[in-house]
Order: sequence, then C-alpha cells, then structure tokens
Amino acid sequence: MQDDRVIVCEKLTKRFGDFIATNEITFDVHKGEIFGFLGANGAGKTTAMRMLCGLSSPSSGKATIAGYDVYTQTEQIKKNIGYMSQKFSLYENLTVRENIEFFGGIYGLSDEQIRTKTAQLLQRLGMQNEANKLVASLPLGWKQKLSFSVAVLHEPKIVFLDEPTGGVDPVTRRQFWDMIYEAADSGITVFVTTHYMDEAEYCHRISIMVDGKMEVLDTPTNLKNSFHARSMDEVFYQLARGAKRGD
Amino acid sequence: MKQFLAFVRKEFYHVLRDRRTLLILFGMPIAQILIFGFALTNEVKDSEILVVDYAKDNASQELLTRIGASRYFNIRQAALSHKEILGTFQKGKIKAVVVFPVNFNEDLLHHNKAQVQIITDASDVNTANMITNYLSSIIMDYQNQVNQNLEIPYRITPEVRMLYNPQLKGAHGFVPGVMALVLLLVSVMMTAISIVREKETGTMEILLVSPFKPVLVIFAKAFPYLALSLVNVTAILLLSVFVLDLPVKGSVALLFAESTLFIITCLALGIFISIETDSQQIAMLISLMGMLLPTMMFSGFLFPIENMPLPLQIISNIVPSKWFYIIVKSIMIKGLGISALWKETLILLGMTVFLLLVSLKSFKIRLQ
Repeated sequence: MQDDRVIVCEKLTKRFGDFIATNEITFDVHKGEIFGFLGANGAGKTTAMRMLCGLSSPSSGKATIAGYDVYTQTEQIKKNIGYMSQKFSLYENLTVRENIEFFGGIYGLSDEQIRTKTAQLLQRLGMQNEANKLVASLPLGWKQKLSFSVAVLHEPKIVFLDEPTGGVDPVTRRQFWDMIYEAADSGITVFVTTHYMDEAEYCHRISIMVDGKMEVLDTPTNLKNSFHARSMDEVFYQLARGAKRGD
Repeated sequence: MKQFLAFVRKEFYHVLRDRRTLLILFGMPIAQILIFGFALTNEVKDSEILVVDYAKDNASQELLTRIGASRYFNIRQAALSHKEILGTFQKGKIKAVVVFPVNFNEDLLHHNKAQVQIITDASDVNTANMITNYLSSIIMDYQNQVNQNLEIPYRITPEVRMLYNPQLKGAHGFVPGVMALVLLLVSVMMTAISIVREKETGTMEILLVSPFKPVLVIFAKAFPYLALSLVNVTAILLLSVFVLDLPVKGSVALLFAESTLFIITCLALGIFISIETDSQQIAMLISLMGMLLPTMMFSGFLFPIENMPLPLQIISNIVPSKWFYIIVKSIMIKGLGISALWKETLILLGMTVFLLLVSLKSFKIRLQ
C-alpha cells in the first residue's frame, strides 16, 4: 500500500494574510483511484488544488505529487499531471486536430507521438469527421470529452478535474464518467471536484472540505452509513450547514 | 524550442482566423496613410532661426530687428558656411536660416532690388511653410514702410529653399507618424488583448499547469505580433515609396532595426498591461487611452512639441513614440545614420529594458 500513493499530503496549509484558505489538510491518494474533492464554494478546494498542481506555494505542511515535492519540484510535477477546468481548456478558434497538436507540442511530445496519438484519440472518440472542424462548432458534451482526452494525452500519473461536467446533460455526464473509469483502469489517478452529488457516488473515496478543513474522508458507502443518510446529498448538506464561510 | 514553435504556430492560427484582428492589422495602415494625407495646419512660435549676415549694413540690421521682435522667432547670429548650415539642420534645433548677401543695402540703393535667402527644414512641411510665410510677410512689411518715402520703390525678394523636401510633400511628416501609431496599436493593444483573452477563457490556467515555462508563454504570445508588425512596417514603406512617391533616404536596414526596437518597446508595454488587467475591455481601454492618445499628442506628429507649454514638453519625453518618430523622420527624410541618432536609440533602448524588467517582475508577483 505504501508504494502506490501518488498524492501524499500532510498538514498542508495556505494562508493569505490572516485568512487561512486551506487549514492543515492531510490525506493520501492511491494509484488508479478516483478521488472526489468536495466542498461548498469558498471552502478552499481551489486553493488546495492549485497547491497540488504546483501553481501556488503552500504556507506550511508537506505534500508530494507523484513523488515530487510541491515546494521544490514543481517542474517535474507539471510534467506528470494533467489538468482540466470547468472553463474550457480548449481553443475555440482552433480545429480539433490543431488543439491536440498544440497541447501535445507544449507537453514536449515528438511529432511521431503526436501523429499516432491524434489518430488514436480521434478514433476512440469517433470524431474522425470532425478533426478539421473548429472546436467552437462542436456540441458541449463533445468538447468536454475532447478536453479530457487532451488532458491525459501525455499520459500523466494524475489528472486533476475541476468541476469537469458543469452544464451538461445527465447522459453526457454518464458517458464522461465512463471515460474517467477507463482512465483510472489504465492506472491514471483521477482527482476530481464536483458539485453534483450523484457524481460523488461514482468516486472511490471522497473528501468534503468545510471552511478550509477536511471534515471527512471515506468511501461514499461508509460516509452514508456514518451520517445515517440515504444519499450523498444529505451527507453534504449536514456538513455544509455548519459552514461559516459562504461565497 | 519545439514547444515554443508549437505555441507560436497556435498564435498565428488565432490571429489569421480572426477577421477583426486581420482588419486592424492590415486595413488600418492603409486607412491611416490615406486619412492623414490631408495635412494638418499647426502654428509656429519661438522658432530658432539662424542668421547669416554677410551684409552687416543698415538695411539688414533693420530687417533683423523686426524679425527678432516677432514672437514667432528667436534669432541666433552666426557666420557659417553652407556646409555648416546643413550640419545645424541635422541637429534639429534650427528651423530656418536667413542669409543676407554681401551687398544687400547697396543693391537696394543702386538697383532698387535685393534678395534674401530663406532656407527651411522641410522635413516638417507645415512648420516650414509657416515659417516661410511669416518671414516673407515681415520682409514685405519692411519693404512697404521704406517705400513710403521713396519715388522708385525697393523690391526685396525672398528666395526660398526647402531643404530635404523640395516638393513639400506633406506625406513626409505623417508617414513616420502613422508608422509609430500602427506599431503601437498592433503591438501594445493586440498583445495585451491576446494575453488577457487567455486569462478570460481560462486557457491561461491550463498553460500555467503545463510544463511550458510561464515566461515562455508570454514571449511565445508576443512573438507573432513582432513578426506581423514587421510586415506592417514593410507595407507602410512600400505604400510610401510606390503610392506616395516618397523614397527612404537613409538606410532601410537601420530603419528596420530601429522599428524592431520600437516594436519590442511596445510589446513590453502590452505585456505589462496584460499582467495588470483581467478583462479584454480594460486592456483595450488602457491601451487606447494610455498609449494611443499620448502618441497622437506628444510624438510631435500632429502637434509641434515646441509650441507646447513647458510641462507638456517635459512629459513628451517619456512617450516612447516621440523618440521613434524622430528616428524614423531622420532616417526616411533626412537620410541620417546611426551616428546622428545614437542618443534617441539609446533612450528607446533604455525604455525597453526598463519596461521588460518591470513586466517580468510583476508577472512573477502575479504567479504567487
């Protein structure tokens, strides 16, 4: 068990002046795990995620991502993670193919790798006919799938998804989760934030942040049992009701 | 390097697919050149003029007193050869030279007519015209007054020479001005907007999470605008040579080198704006109000700087376009080389380095 931890966090804290955005959070994430990172708006999720991605330096505490230290080895961290945000990660006035080539390019893939990966990716998504269309012309669901595929194009160890399914219908969301499972099966660890509680149930383990602290961390089933709740919705509600910080 | 190229290619796709961007990029220089073809009038006061008085007689002294008394001119006496006159013009301080021939008074007395030579720096057409007109009317005034007591009237003819620009082409002044304006608009505004756009759409986050170095993101975004600006310089020069019939007198290579320097100054400004703002509208407003307006006002392109109140004249020194305008004008019209322009070049270089350092520094702070 010790060897397959890809995210190790110990009392990770971020302060902005007097405000403690993230307060001593401690958790581990294992290889191939789908880890749900929940919390109300303003609970400190984004700050925590920025630290884990090497975008922001923690105030105190320890963390390693894929074995690399968040203070000193941010370059290596960036090479080993993928990232997809709720806002679109793709360029609307570039074609599908150009987007893939661009992201492959900045992640340092060779032309050969980019060519084979583009072909594979287009085939898997069934988008061969759309390859030369502008991303702007695609339906939202397709964009999200493409966006996810691009985020894992360079075969990262961990992929961070920041509310990846905002604004799409349940069917598309379900299909999107199929892709996440596929990625997790192939050994990519998935770190996902969401506001949809039905999605939370799809995760292997979930944590819920309240006011900068990580209040609970367990499997969805165990959480529901310990809170005597029928659904994750209720668990979340019971916890979030105690929150002092709002939007 | 490969990453950098992938990035630059993407930037070119962005620019070439956006019709509005393209229109600004290539439509603007043409429109500007045509619009500013209708020259603008401006007033002249306290112009420094040099007097070469070979006559040193009553008549010439009397005329000089009148010229000196006018609020338009400040007289500097000097006995110079023709070659030296050229030198003083190149320094840019002197607007005109008035030459009295040896026998000025004698000619008037014996032949009832004499000549005065007026040489002006016609690289600035409006000013040159204005000065010639003022000088001529002062001379006329004097002539009329003297003639009241004479049976046979005197005739003093001013012989005018327009240096650098004998046909008085108005375009001479505005081509360098349009160049400064267009480069500023393309490099400052477009760069700022394109970087801020990535912030707005959220793609900047993705780029920062990628192993691509943040500083390189900025440079890769600025690079296409450097290339496009150089295309613009070429277009404006071609227009001016083939449509307006204005040759480049000095070195074209030097002109391009100086333009590249100015473009980099502008890019640094654009980058700075983009780091400090978060929305495309604000970036555009700052670029327009903060950069374009000062360029119109203070570069000497529309309004002569020497006519402004002293505080404004001092302010004009911190506007990069002022220096670029002087440089381009000197190379294109006067045909000067780097030896005459090293001071302006150095000032521009200093501004560029300063702006780049400031924007890199604020970029690092922003990342935290």
